[in-house]
Amino acid sequence: MLRLAQLSVTAAFAGLLLVPAPAAAQTPPEVLVVGQIAEPQSLDPHAVTAVNDFRILVNLYDGLVRFADGTLEVEPSLAESWEISDDGLTYSFTLREGVTFHDGTPLDAEAVRFNFERMLDEDHPFHDTGPFPLAFFFSAVESVAALDATTVEFTLNEPFAPFLSNLAYPTGLIVSPAAVEAHGEDFGRNPVGTGAYRFEEWRGNQRVVLTRNEDYWDGAPQPQAVVFRPITDANTRVAEMLSGGLDIMVEVPPDAVADFRDAPDFEVHEQAGPHVWFLILNLREGPFAEPAIRQAVNYAIDKRSLVEDVLQGTAAVAAGPIAPAFAWAYNEDLEPYPYDPERARELLEEGGYDGETVTFYVTEGGSGMLDPVAMGTAIQADLAAVGMNVAIETYEWNTFLGRVNPGLEGRADMAQMAWMTNDPDTLPFLTLRTDAFPEQGGFNSGYYSNEEVDELLYRARVSTDQEERAALYHEMQEIVREDAPWVFVANWKQGAVTSSAVEGFRLQPSFFLMLQEVEKH
Amino acid sequence: MSGYIVKRLLALVPVLLGLTLIVFLIMALIPGDPATAILGSYATPENVARLNAQLGLDRSLPEQYLVWLGNLLQGDLGRSYALNRPVLDEVLERLSATLILAGTALLLCSLLGLLAGIVSAVRQFGWTDRIVTFLVLIGISTPSFFLGLLLILVFAVNLRLLPASGMFSIYGGGDLWDLLRHLLLPAVTLAAVATGVIARLTRTAMLEVLRQDYIRTARAKGLSERRVVYRHAGKAALVSVIPVIGVQAGFVLGGAVYIETVFQWPGIGAMLVQAISTRDILLVQGGVLVVAASYVLFNLAADVAQSSLDPRLRR
Repeated sequence: MLRLAQLSVTAAFAGLLLVPAPAAAQTPPEVLVVGQIAEPQSLDPHAVTAVNDFRILVNLYDGLVRFADGTLEVEPSLAESWEISDDGLTYSFTLREGVTFHDGTPLDAEAVRFNFERMLDEDHPFHDTGPFPLAFFFSAVESVAALDATTVEFTLNEPFAPFLSNLAYPTGLIVSPAAVEAHGEDFGRNPVGTGAYRFEEWRGNQRVVLTRNEDYWDGAPQPQAVVFRPITDANTRVAEMLSGGLDIMVEVPPDAVADFRDAPDFEVHEQAGPHVWFLILNLREGPFAEPAIRQAVNYAIDKRSLVEDVLQGTAAVAAGPIAPAFAWAYNEDLEPYPYDPERARELLEEGGYDGETVTFYVTEGGSGMLDPVAMGTAIQADLAAVGMNVAIETYEWNTFLGRVNPGLEGRADMAQMAWMTNDPDTLPFLTLRTDAFPEQGGFNSGYYSNEEVDELLYRARVSTDQEERAALYHEMQEIVREDAPWVFVANWKQGAVTSSAVEGFRLQPSFFLMLQEVEKH
Repeated sequence: MSGYIVKRLLALVPVLLGLTLIVFLIMALIPGDPATAILGSYATPENVARLNAQLGLDRSLPEQYLVWLGNLLQGDLGRSYALNRPVLDEVLERLSATLILAGTALLLCSLLGLLAGIVSAVRQFGWTDRIVTFLVLIGISTPSFFLGLLLILVFAVNLRLLPASGMFSIYGGGDLWDLLRHLLLPAVTLAAVATGVIARLTRTAMLEVLRQDYIRTARAKGLSERRVVYRHAGKAALVSVIPVIGVQAGFVLGGAVYIETVFQWPGIGAMLVQAISTRDILLVQGGVLVVAASYVLFNLAADVAQSSLDPRLRR
């Protein structure tokens, strides 16, 4: 008996090495398996805010318009065409005929009206199926009218240029009114749209399964099904991809990109997105009230080393407040501040920097923040090299937002921040205008104020002519670069890895995961 | 005996109430709120206030807690803000996954730990003892998440014998064999430290018991060594080891929080991590309530087992 016990202990430990099991975990044929970073919160496009959820939603639903492949330009989707009145207040959309939701009900003007009124009208019978945190994207909408079955008209209370891009955002995706009526507040777990894939199953923290919509108006996709798996731990996600358990993996950790690039069975995809990573400088008090000192830190920080060494090539150096992914609005002539510690020292002296310690808010991590602690430390070292003392204070993301968003006054001189937006208007409008000071409900936490910039941003917002808007943004970017209210650091390149079985995959600058054209063989 | 169990179960009520109050206060104290977490970059004071009102978070703290308590008495744990579904549904769905994982790990560490401890005590300073002691040392000192990643690397990535994460195959599968394949790595990882602790304590307890007079008497009576070790010494040692297993149940449940994250096990631990980061107070409350109740019940079971082995404890 003792022998037996002895044996079983040895065997149990040795058993770890001798597990009999069938061969590798391969993904099934014609089923596309996507490794996500977390479980979705809801599959109701009006109720969610996270890119992680958008990746599923854009395959389940369509909007009136969408971003054209590879760009951030709006093109027709459920709406075949539209007209904008000269005063920019009326948008009239003509809907595609014969499109039905996955539940068989027709997509018509009434359905579109239902969608927007549910979000915007507090008296709507299904407004309580929310909350709808991003409904303010459409706060300019005064009313929605169904003129006939295929014509829907939006009336705005002021001209609002980003309206079309906001419609292309997941908050503008169209849900089936019949399904909302049937499921009420559980609609987010029983989603029905018009998209290329229809909802099949959601198992808590295990998988969301979508199956091919044979009747898709834009041509049914090739794979039979798509499975979205939440894998929170980045190392586990990489391991699962390497072991053949995934076909597509998003948000590849920088450390793993090189490994995948060298492996023959995988393809690495990269795409710069509408993302800006920057440091907010406190203009109201302390050293950064002085423009020369703000420029000095822009010169002092080695952005190339940050994106190449710290971020290992997963980002590009930023030049100004608008991401290059907004090709039409981005000013190509804008040069990033070069790394020039000599010039930085001169400017520090010119600005009268007296060696006082600068308080720098760093976060542990958060949406779009890349590798904030490592970046914060590298920035601290660069600034120390030109004689600026920086004291870092690190906060958990929600705590961080709670300290930065109300404004830096009395707290800090400098704070990390990153934004991802759907329109070039959003970031500067919410963070660089005088009227966007935190006390007025905006995000201008560093109190930058320049009347010229205010005026340019206002004009760009009410103009409906893209060329005119582009010219205004170009001018704004030059002024802001010169005024340096921020240190412009990086534009994130989103990464994804696909297995060799996947064809036709392409990352979008919108960071949405469009799977309509993807095939698996 | 049954009176004792009822008494212990009643004592559970104030413990759990106090716990929910503490968790509620901690969640209220830490900065950041659900609305800010949901809105992220778009958390303007105006948007936050509007969303808070919609979520019912604009009420005073005592009021929020009392409403929660009142609903709890009616079996309603509220609705998760982040997942937009009833907390009870989510917690129950996750609890079964955690119980499967933690139960297997507990079984594994108890059996392996006891066996290893007994064997190395009986063969004190022999080669078996040395090997077991060495393995136990490794088990105790390796951080679980690291061991987990290591096992994934070896068995999933390199050997491709076992799946790297999840509870069932993503498509098809779903039978017992499928579950066991997915269960093995996380259960072993979760059991490693506890196995070591239990093995060490069993060894010490056994060594002590084996030196007792009555063991010598038993041997002198001519009983077989097997009978001496398992019936006489083993049973006596077990009495002092069982409460430790009860305590280890707590560590296993606690460890499940990060092991579930590493292996993407759809349990309550991974749920709690996500709920805390999204400041989903009701989901945290519901999760903690269930985990705490299971911990207390595990301990109760250990106490009952102990007193059934040792009649002196029953008085």
